Amino acid sequence: MNSSLLISQADRRPMYLQIMEQIRHRIAVGDWAPGYELPSIRALAAAVQVSVITVKRAYLELERDGVIVTRQGKGSFVADRADLSLQLRRGELDAHLIAAAGIGRMLGMTADELAARLRAVSDGGAAGAPSDESENEA
Amino acid sequence: MSDLVIDVAGVSKTYRFFRLTDVDLRLEAGQILGFVGPNGAGKTTTIRILMGMLRADRGSVRVLGHAMPKAQAIAKADIGFVSEDLRLHAAATLGWHIRLVAAIYPSWDAAYAATLLSRFNLHPEQPIKALSHGERVKAALLLVLARRPRLLLLDEPTTGLDPVARHEILGELMDVVRDERRAILFSSHNTQDVEQISDQITFIDRGRIIDASDKETFLDRWRRLQFDVPAGMSVPALPGAVSSATSGRVVVVTTKAYGPELEAAVQRAGLAVREVQRMTLEEIFVANVMSTRHEEAR
Repeated sequence: MNSSLLISQADRRPMYLQIMEQIRHRIAVGDWAPGYELPSIRALAAAVQVSVITVKRAYLELERDGVIVTRQGKGSFVADRADLSLQLRRGELDAHLIAAAGIGRMLGMTADELAARLRAVSDGGAAGAPSDESENEA
Repeated sequence: MSDLVIDVAGVSKTYRFFRLTDVDLRLEAGQILGFVGPNGAGKTTTIRILMGMLRADRGSVRVLGHAMPKAQAIAKADIGFVSEDLRLHAAATLGWHIRLVAAIYPSWDAAYAATLLSRFNLHPEQPIKALSHGERVKAALLLVLARRPRLLLLDEPTTGLDPVARHEILGELMDVVRDERRAILFSSHNTQDVEQISDQITFIDRGRIIDASDKETFLDRWRRLQFDVPAGMSVPALPGAVSSATSGRVVVVTTKAYGPELEAAVQRAGLAVREVQRMTLEEIFVANVMSTRHEEAR
Protein backbone atom coordinates (compact mmCIF):
# COMPACT_ATOMS: atom_id res chain seq x y z
CA MET A 1 0.00 0.00 0.00
CA ASN A 2 1.38 3.40 -0.93
CA SER A 3 -0.02 5.08 2.15
CA SER A 4 1.76 2.91 4.69
CA LEU A 5 2.84 5.52 7.16
CA LEU A 6 4.20 4.33 10.47
CA ILE A 7 2.41 5.90 13.42
CA SER A 8 3.59 4.94 16.87
CA GLN A 9 1.74 5.38 20.14
CA ALA A 10 5.06 5.02 21.94
CA ASP A 11 6.39 8.08 20.11
CA ARG A 12 6.02 11.06 22.44
CA ARG A 13 5.20 13.45 19.61
CA PRO A 14 1.51 13.94 18.85
CA MET A 15 0.13 11.82 16.04
CA TYR A 16 -0.52 14.72 13.68
CA LEU A 17 3.17 15.68 13.84
CA GLN A 18 4.19 12.09 13.14
CA ILE A 19 1.95 12.03 10.08
CA MET A 20 3.37 15.37 8.84
CA GLU A 21 6.91 14.16 9.36
CA GLN A 22 6.31 10.91 7.49
CA ILE A 23 4.67 12.65 4.55
CA ARG A 24 7.51 15.19 4.37
CA HIS A 25 9.95 12.31 4.41
CA ARG A 26 8.18 10.44 1.58
CA ILE A 27 8.43 13.62 -0.48
CA ALA A 28 12.04 14.35 0.55
CA VAL A 29 13.27 10.91 -0.57
CA GLY A 30 11.38 11.27 -3.85
CA ASP A 31 8.73 8.55 -3.31
CA TRP A 32 6.01 11.14 -3.70
CA ALA A 33 6.90 13.47 -6.59
CA PRO A 34 5.46 16.96 -7.18
CA GLY A 35 1.84 16.59 -8.33
CA TYR A 36 1.47 13.16 -6.69
CA GLU A 37 -2.05 12.65 -5.35
CA LEU A 38 -2.08 11.94 -1.62
CA PRO A 39 -4.56 9.46 -0.18
CA SER A 40 -7.83 11.13 0.83
CA ILE A 41 -8.02 12.16 4.49
CA ARG A 42 -10.56 9.45 5.27
CA ALA A 43 -8.67 6.76 3.37
CA LEU A 44 -5.41 7.56 5.16
CA ALA A 45 -7.20 7.74 8.53
CA ALA A 46 -8.65 4.26 7.93
CA ALA A 47 -5.30 2.91 6.69
CA VAL A 48 -3.32 4.04 9.72
CA GLN A 49 -6.25 3.72 12.17
CA VAL A 50 -5.98 7.27 13.37
CA SER A 51 -8.90 9.66 13.73
CA VAL A 52 -10.02 11.73 10.75
CA ILE A 53 -9.55 14.99 12.65
CA THR A 54 -5.87 14.16 13.27
CA VAL A 55 -5.14 13.45 9.60
CA LYS A 56 -7.11 16.55 8.63
CA ARG A 57 -4.94 18.66 10.91
CA ALA A 58 -1.74 17.20 9.46
CA TYR A 59 -2.93 17.98 5.90
CA LEU A 60 -3.97 21.53 6.87
CA GLU A 61 -0.58 22.29 8.39
CA LEU A 62 1.29 20.77 5.44
CA GLU A 63 -0.83 22.95 3.18
CA ARG A 64 0.03 26.01 5.25
CA ASP A 65 3.71 25.11 4.95
CA GLY A 66 3.36 24.91 1.15
CA VAL A 67 4.23 21.22 1.05
CA ILE A 68 0.89 20.07 -0.35
CA VAL A 69 -2.02 21.73 -2.08
CA THR A 70 -5.67 20.80 -1.65
CA ARG A 71 -8.07 21.41 -4.50
CA GLN A 72 -11.67 21.48 -3.38
CA GLY A 73 -13.45 18.30 -4.42
CA LYS A 74 -10.36 16.96 -6.21
CA GLY A 75 -8.03 15.93 -3.44
CA SER A 76 -4.62 16.78 -2.05
CA PHE A 77 -1.43 16.79 -4.08
CA VAL A 78 2.27 17.24 -3.46
CA ALA A 79 3.03 20.90 -4.26
CA ASP A 80 4.33 21.46 -7.75
CA ARG A 81 7.71 22.93 -6.86
CA ALA A 82 10.88 21.59 -8.41
CA ASP A 83 12.97 22.36 -5.32
CA LEU A 84 10.51 20.88 -2.80
CA SER A 85 12.36 17.62 -2.15
CA LEU A 86 15.66 19.45 -1.69
CA GLN A 87 14.01 21.99 0.62
CA LEU A 88 12.47 19.28 2.75
CA ARG A 89 15.80 17.50 3.07
CA ARG A 90 17.37 20.81 4.09
CA GLY A 91 14.51 21.22 6.56
CA GLU A 92 15.31 17.85 8.11
CA LEU A 93 18.96 18.90 8.38
CA ASP A 94 18.00 22.24 9.91
CA ALA A 95 15.93 20.49 12.56
CA HIS A 96 19.04 18.59 13.66
CA LEU A 97 21.20 21.70 13.51
CA ILE A 98 18.74 23.69 15.61
CA ALA A 99 18.80 20.95 18.22
CA ALA A 100 22.61 20.90 18.14
CA ALA A 101 22.73 24.71 18.46
CA GLY A 102 20.48 24.49 21.52
CA ILE A 103 22.80 22.01 23.21
CA GLY A 104 25.79 24.17 22.24
CA ARG A 105 24.21 27.18 23.95
CA MET A 106 23.58 25.10 27.06
CA LEU A 107 27.30 24.19 27.06
CA GLY A 108 28.18 27.87 26.70
CA MET A 109 29.66 27.49 23.20
CA THR A 110 29.86 30.42 20.76
CA ALA A 111 28.62 30.01 17.18
CA ASP A 112 32.24 29.87 16.00
CA GLU A 113 33.11 27.15 18.47
CA LEU A 114 30.03 25.21 17.36
CA ALA A 115 31.00 25.64 13.70
CA ALA A 116 34.51 24.43 14.45
CA ARG A 117 33.05 21.44 16.23
CA LEU A 118 30.84 20.70 13.23
CA ARG A 119 33.88 20.85 10.92
CA ALA A 120 35.73 18.48 13.19
CA VAL A 121 32.79 16.06 13.19
CA SER A 122 32.44 16.28 9.38
CA ASP A 123 36.14 15.48 8.97
CA GLY A 124 35.68 12.43 11.13
CA GLY A 125 37.79 13.95 13.86
CA ALA A 126 35.28 13.56 16.65
CA ALA A 127 35.53 9.82 17.11
CA GLY A 128 36.99 10.12 20.59
CA ALA A 129 34.76 10.82 23.58
CA PRO A 130 34.89 14.35 25.01
CA SER A 131 37.67 14.57 27.58
CA ASP A 132 35.50 15.54 30.57
CA GLU A 133 33.35 12.43 30.12
CA SER A 134 36.32 10.09 30.38
CA GLU A 135 37.39 11.95 33.52
CA ASN A 136 34.01 11.20 35.08
CA GLU A 137 34.48 7.53 34.46
CA ALA A 138 37.91 7.47 36.13
CA MET B 1 -24.42 22.83 11.87
CA SER B 2 -27.58 21.10 10.75
CA ASP B 3 -25.87 17.79 10.06
CA LEU B 4 -26.07 16.57 13.63
CA VAL B 5 -26.68 12.86 14.02
CA ILE B 6 -26.93 13.28 17.79
CA ASP B 7 -28.33 16.42 19.38
CA VAL B 8 -29.02 16.11 23.09
CA ALA B 9 -29.66 19.16 25.28
CA GLY B 10 -30.29 19.47 29.00
CA VAL B 11 -31.18 15.86 29.61
CA SER B 12 -31.75 14.75 33.18
CA LYS B 13 -32.94 11.50 34.64
CA THR B 14 -33.22 10.67 38.32
CA TYR B 15 -32.99 7.27 39.93
CA ARG B 16 -32.94 6.44 43.60
CA PHE B 17 -29.16 6.21 43.82
CA PHE B 18 -28.05 7.89 40.59
CA ARG B 19 -28.84 11.04 38.70
CA LEU B 20 -28.00 12.09 35.16
CA THR B 21 -27.83 15.89 35.26
CA ASP B 22 -28.10 18.37 32.39
CA VAL B 23 -26.42 16.23 29.76
CA ASP B 24 -25.55 17.92 26.45
CA LEU B 25 -24.18 15.80 23.64
CA ARG B 26 -23.61 16.58 19.97
CA LEU B 27 -22.19 14.51 17.15
CA GLU B 28 -21.78 15.51 13.51
CA ALA B 29 -21.96 13.14 10.57
CA GLY B 30 -18.60 11.70 9.55
CA GLN B 31 -17.17 11.74 13.06
CA ILE B 32 -16.36 9.36 15.87
CA LEU B 33 -17.23 10.42 19.41
CA GLY B 34 -15.43 8.81 22.32
CA PHE B 35 -17.65 8.86 25.39
CA VAL B 36 -15.33 8.44 28.34
CA GLY B 37 -16.12 7.97 32.00
CA PRO B 38 -15.42 5.79 35.01
CA ASN B 39 -17.69 2.84 35.75
CA GLY B 40 -21.08 4.03 36.93
CA ALA B 41 -20.64 7.54 35.47
CA GLY B 42 -23.82 7.34 33.35
CA LYS B 43 -22.49 6.22 29.97
CA THR B 44 -24.88 3.29 29.57
CA THR B 45 -27.88 5.30 30.82
CA THR B 46 -27.10 8.05 28.30
CA ILE B 47 -26.79 5.55 25.44
CA ARG B 48 -30.08 3.92 26.42
CA ILE B 49 -31.74 7.33 26.32
CA LEU B 50 -30.26 7.88 22.84
CA MET B 51 -31.72 4.53 21.76
CA GLY B 52 -35.16 5.49 23.08
CA MET B 53 -35.03 2.60 25.54
CA LEU B 54 -35.28 5.04 28.43
CA ARG B 55 -37.23 8.28 28.61
CA ALA B 56 -35.46 11.34 30.01
CA ASP B 57 -37.21 13.25 32.81
CA ARG B 58 -36.18 16.54 31.20
CA GLY B 59 -34.41 17.82 28.10
CA SER B 60 -34.53 17.13 24.39
CA VAL B 61 -33.12 14.12 22.55
CA ARG B 62 -32.81 14.08 18.76
CA VAL B 63 -31.10 11.22 16.98
CA LEU B 64 -30.71 11.29 13.17
CA GLY B 65 -33.15 14.19 13.26
CA HIS B 66 -35.83 12.18 15.08
CA ALA B 67 -37.21 13.06 18.51
CA MET B 68 -36.60 10.23 20.94
CA PRO B 69 -38.16 8.13 22.29
CA LYS B 70 -41.27 9.11 20.27
CA ALA B 71 -39.80 8.32 16.85
CA GLN B 72 -37.68 5.42 17.98
CA ALA B 73 -39.20 2.94 15.55
CA ILE B 74 -38.08 5.02 12.54
CA ALA B 75 -34.76 6.07 14.00
CA LYS B 76 -33.76 2.55 15.01
CA ALA B 77 -33.82 1.33 11.42
CA ASP B 78 -30.70 3.41 10.88
CA ILE B 79 -28.98 2.89 14.24
CA GLY B 80 -26.72 -0.02 15.09
CA PHE B 81 -26.57 -0.63 18.81
CA VAL B 82 -24.23 -3.00 20.59
CA SER B 83 -24.81 -3.14 24.32
CA GLU B 84 -22.30 -4.34 26.85
CA ASP B 85 -24.27 -7.54 27.43
CA LEU B 86 -24.36 -8.13 23.63
CA ARG B 87 -27.86 -9.74 23.69
CA LEU B 88 -27.07 -12.82 21.69
CA HIS B 89 -28.93 -16.11 22.18
CA ALA B 90 -26.41 -18.51 23.65
CA ALA B 91 -27.98 -21.67 22.22
CA ALA B 92 -28.45 -20.34 18.67
CA THR B 93 -25.73 -20.24 16.02
CA LEU B 94 -24.21 -17.11 14.50
CA GLY B 95 -25.87 -18.11 11.20
CA TRP B 96 -29.27 -18.11 12.88
CA HIS B 97 -28.63 -14.57 14.13
CA ILE B 98 -27.49 -13.49 10.68
CA ARG B 99 -30.64 -14.83 9.00
CA LEU B 100 -32.82 -13.15 11.64
CA VAL B 101 -31.20 -9.72 11.30
CA ALA B 102 -31.07 -9.98 7.48
CA ALA B 103 -34.83 -10.70 7.45
CA ILE B 104 -35.64 -7.67 9.60
CA TYR B 105 -33.40 -5.06 7.96
CA PRO B 106 -33.69 -4.47 4.20
CA SER B 107 -30.33 -2.68 4.26
CA TRP B 108 -28.52 -5.96 5.14
CA ASP B 109 -25.39 -6.31 3.01
CA ALA B 110 -24.75 -10.04 2.60
CA ALA B 111 -21.46 -9.54 0.76
CA TYR B 112 -20.10 -7.29 3.52
CA ALA B 113 -21.30 -9.80 6.13
CA ALA B 114 -19.33 -12.53 4.33
CA THR B 115 -16.24 -10.29 4.26
CA LEU B 116 -16.56 -9.59 7.97
CA LEU B 117 -16.99 -13.30 8.74
CA SER B 118 -13.65 -14.03 7.14
CA ARG B 119 -11.91 -10.92 8.55
CA PHE B 120 -13.07 -11.77 12.06
CA ASN B 121 -12.47 -15.50 11.49
CA LEU B 122 -16.03 -16.40 12.54
CA HIS B 123 -18.15 -19.29 11.23
CA PRO B 124 -21.96 -19.21 10.79
CA GLU B 125 -22.39 -22.75 12.16
CA GLN B 126 -20.79 -21.82 15.50
CA PRO B 127 -23.23 -21.65 18.42
CA ILE B 128 -22.81 -18.42 20.41
CA LYS B 129 -22.09 -20.31 23.63
CA ALA B 130 -19.01 -21.88 22.02
CA LEU B 131 -17.48 -18.47 21.25
CA SER B 132 -14.90 -16.64 23.35
CA HIS B 133 -15.74 -13.17 24.69
CA GLY B 134 -13.77 -11.50 21.90
CA GLU B 135 -15.55 -13.60 19.26
CA ARG B 136 -18.93 -12.72 20.73
CA VAL B 137 -18.14 -9.01 20.56
CA LYS B 138 -17.04 -9.43 16.94
CA ALA B 139 -20.21 -11.42 16.18
CA ALA B 140 -22.41 -8.71 17.72
CA LEU B 141 -20.53 -6.05 15.79
CA LEU B 142 -20.85 -7.99 12.54
CA LEU B 143 -24.62 -8.14 13.03
CA VAL B 144 -24.86 -4.34 13.18
CA LEU B 145 -22.07 -3.42 10.73
CA ALA B 146 -23.53 -5.47 7.87
CA ARG B 147 -26.75 -3.45 8.15
CA ARG B 148 -24.66 -0.38 7.30
CA PRO B 149 -26.57 1.88 9.70
CA ARG B 150 -25.83 5.61 9.65
CA LEU B 151 -25.19 5.74 13.37
CA LEU B 152 -23.42 3.19 15.51
CA LEU B 153 -23.93 3.31 19.28
CA LEU B 154 -21.42 1.02 20.91
CA ASP B 155 -21.32 0.52 24.66
CA GLU B 156 -17.79 -0.47 25.71
CA PRO B 157 -17.03 -2.35 22.48
CA THR B 158 -13.36 -2.95 23.24
CA THR B 159 -13.58 -3.75 26.96
CA GLY B 160 -12.01 -7.08 27.84
CA LEU B 161 -10.64 -7.74 24.36
CA ASP B 162 -7.16 -8.93 23.54
CA PRO B 163 -4.92 -6.53 21.54
CA VAL B 164 -5.46 -8.31 18.22
CA ALA B 165 -9.25 -8.27 18.51
CA ARG B 166 -9.13 -4.60 19.55
CA HIS B 167 -7.00 -3.78 16.53
CA GLU B 168 -9.45 -5.58 14.20
CA ILE B 169 -12.45 -3.80 15.69
CA LEU B 170 -10.89 -0.32 15.65
CA GLY B 171 -9.98 -0.95 12.01
CA GLU B 172 -13.59 -1.77 11.12
CA LEU B 173 -14.80 1.36 12.93
CA MET B 174 -12.35 3.52 10.99
CA ASP B 175 -13.64 1.90 7.81
CA VAL B 176 -17.19 2.99 8.68
CA VAL B 177 -16.29 6.68 8.70
CA ARG B 178 -14.72 6.52 5.25
CA ASP B 179 -18.34 7.38 4.50
CA GLU B 180 -18.79 10.93 5.77
CA ARG B 181 -22.54 10.55 6.25
CA ARG B 182 -22.01 7.96 8.95
CA ALA B 183 -21.01 8.42 12.58
CA ILE B 184 -20.07 6.43 15.65
CA LEU B 185 -20.48 7.01 19.36
CA PHE B 186 -18.57 4.58 21.50
CA SER B 187 -18.26 4.55 25.24
CA SER B 188 -15.12 3.34 26.88
CA HIS B 189 -12.89 3.61 29.84
CA ASN B 190 -9.99 2.55 27.64
CA THR B 191 -8.60 5.99 26.85
CA GLN B 192 -5.98 4.60 24.49
CA ASP B 193 -8.63 3.38 22.05
CA VAL B 194 -10.47 6.68 22.34
CA GLU B 195 -7.30 8.73 21.82
CA GLN B 196 -6.46 6.74 18.72
CA ILE B 197 -9.68 6.90 16.70
CA SER B 198 -11.98 9.60 18.14
CA ASP B 199 -12.57 12.99 16.55
CA GLN B 200 -14.61 14.28 19.46
CA ILE B 201 -14.28 13.41 23.11
CA THR B 202 -16.79 13.85 25.90
CA PHE B 203 -15.94 13.15 29.53
CA ILE B 204 -18.69 12.13 31.93
CA ASP B 205 -18.40 11.65 35.68
CA ARG B 206 -21.07 11.11 38.32
CA GLY B 207 -23.89 11.77 35.88
CA ARG B 208 -22.53 15.09 34.57
CA ILE B 209 -20.64 15.99 31.42
CA ILE B 210 -17.45 17.49 32.78
CA ASP B 211 -15.72 18.40 29.51
CA ALA B 212 -16.24 18.05 25.76
CA SER B 213 -14.10 19.08 22.83
CA ASP B 214 -12.45 17.84 19.67
CA LYS B 215 -9.51 15.57 20.41
CA GLU B 216 -6.80 17.81 18.94
CA THR B 217 -7.87 20.70 21.17
CA PHE B 218 -7.77 18.48 24.26
CA LEU B 219 -4.28 17.25 23.47
CA ASP B 220 -3.06 20.75 22.60
CA ARG B 221 -4.43 22.66 25.56
CA TRP B 222 -3.56 20.34 28.42
CA ARG B 223 0.04 20.48 29.62
CA ARG B 224 2.09 19.79 32.69
CA LEU B 225 4.65 22.52 33.42
CA GLN B 226 7.55 21.96 35.70
CA PHE B 227 9.22 24.98 37.35
CA ASP B 228 12.36 25.18 39.42
CA VAL B 229 11.37 28.03 41.70
CA PRO B 230 14.19 30.06 43.30
CA ALA B 231 13.90 30.97 47.01
CA GLY B 232 11.67 33.97 47.58
CA MET B 233 9.72 33.47 44.35
CA SER B 234 6.48 31.67 43.68
CA VAL B 235 4.43 30.49 40.76
CA PRO B 236 1.57 32.94 40.05
CA ALA B 237 -1.97 31.87 39.24
CA LEU B 238 -1.80 30.64 35.64
CA PRO B 239 -4.61 30.51 33.08
CA GLY B 240 -6.51 27.21 33.19
CA ALA B 241 -4.48 25.81 36.08
CA VAL B 242 -6.34 22.82 37.51
CA SER B 243 -3.75 21.60 39.98
CA SER B 244 -0.39 22.47 41.42
CA ALA B 245 1.99 20.25 43.35
CA THR B 246 5.03 21.51 45.21
CA SER B 247 7.96 19.38 46.23
CA GLY B 248 10.85 21.40 47.59
CA ARG B 249 11.85 23.91 44.89
CA VAL B 250 10.03 22.00 42.17
CA VAL B 251 6.48 23.03 41.31
CA VAL B 252 4.39 21.11 38.81
CA VAL B 253 1.32 22.88 37.43
CA THR B 254 -1.30 21.14 35.31
CA THR B 255 -3.19 23.48 32.97
CA LYS B 256 -6.05 23.07 30.53
CA ALA B 257 -5.33 26.35 28.74
CA TYR B 258 -1.78 26.13 27.42
CA GLY B 259 -1.02 28.84 24.88
CA PRO B 260 0.50 32.30 24.31
CA GLU B 261 -1.44 33.87 27.20
CA LEU B 262 -0.02 31.34 29.64
CA GLU B 263 3.49 31.71 28.27
CA ALA B 264 3.24 35.49 28.72
CA ALA B 265 2.08 35.06 32.33
CA VAL B 266 5.06 32.82 33.05
CA GLN B 267 7.42 35.35 31.50
CA ARG B 268 5.94 38.24 33.47
CA ALA B 269 6.55 36.27 36.66
CA GLY B 270 10.20 35.97 35.65
CA LEU B 271 10.10 32.20 35.99
CA ALA B 272 11.94 29.68 33.89
CA VAL B 273 10.00 26.61 32.83
CA ARG B 274 12.18 23.56 33.12
CA GLU B 275 9.88 21.30 31.15
CA VAL B 276 6.56 21.45 29.35
CA GLN B 277 5.02 18.02 29.02
CA ARG B 278 2.23 16.90 26.78
CA MET B 279 -0.33 14.66 28.43
CA THR B 280 -1.97 11.48 27.24
CA LEU B 281 -5.75 11.43 27.07
CA GLU B 282 -5.72 9.17 30.12
CA GLU B 283 -3.76 11.72 32.15
CA ILE B 284 -6.06 14.50 30.91
CA PHE B 285 -9.11 12.45 31.84
CA VAL B 286 -7.90 11.67 35.37
CA ALA B 287 -6.79 15.29 35.99
CA ASN B 288 -10.16 16.50 34.71
CA VAL B 289 -12.17 14.15 36.93
CA MET B 290 -10.08 14.90 40.01
CA SER B 291 -10.26 18.68 39.59
CA THR B 292 -14.02 18.61 38.97
CA ARG B 293 -14.63 16.44 42.01
CA HIS B 294 -12.35 18.70 44.05
CA GLU B 295 -14.30 21.80 43.03
CA GLU B 296 -17.63 20.15 43.80
CA ALA B 297 -16.39 19.16 47.22
CA ARG B 298 -15.71 22.80 48.09
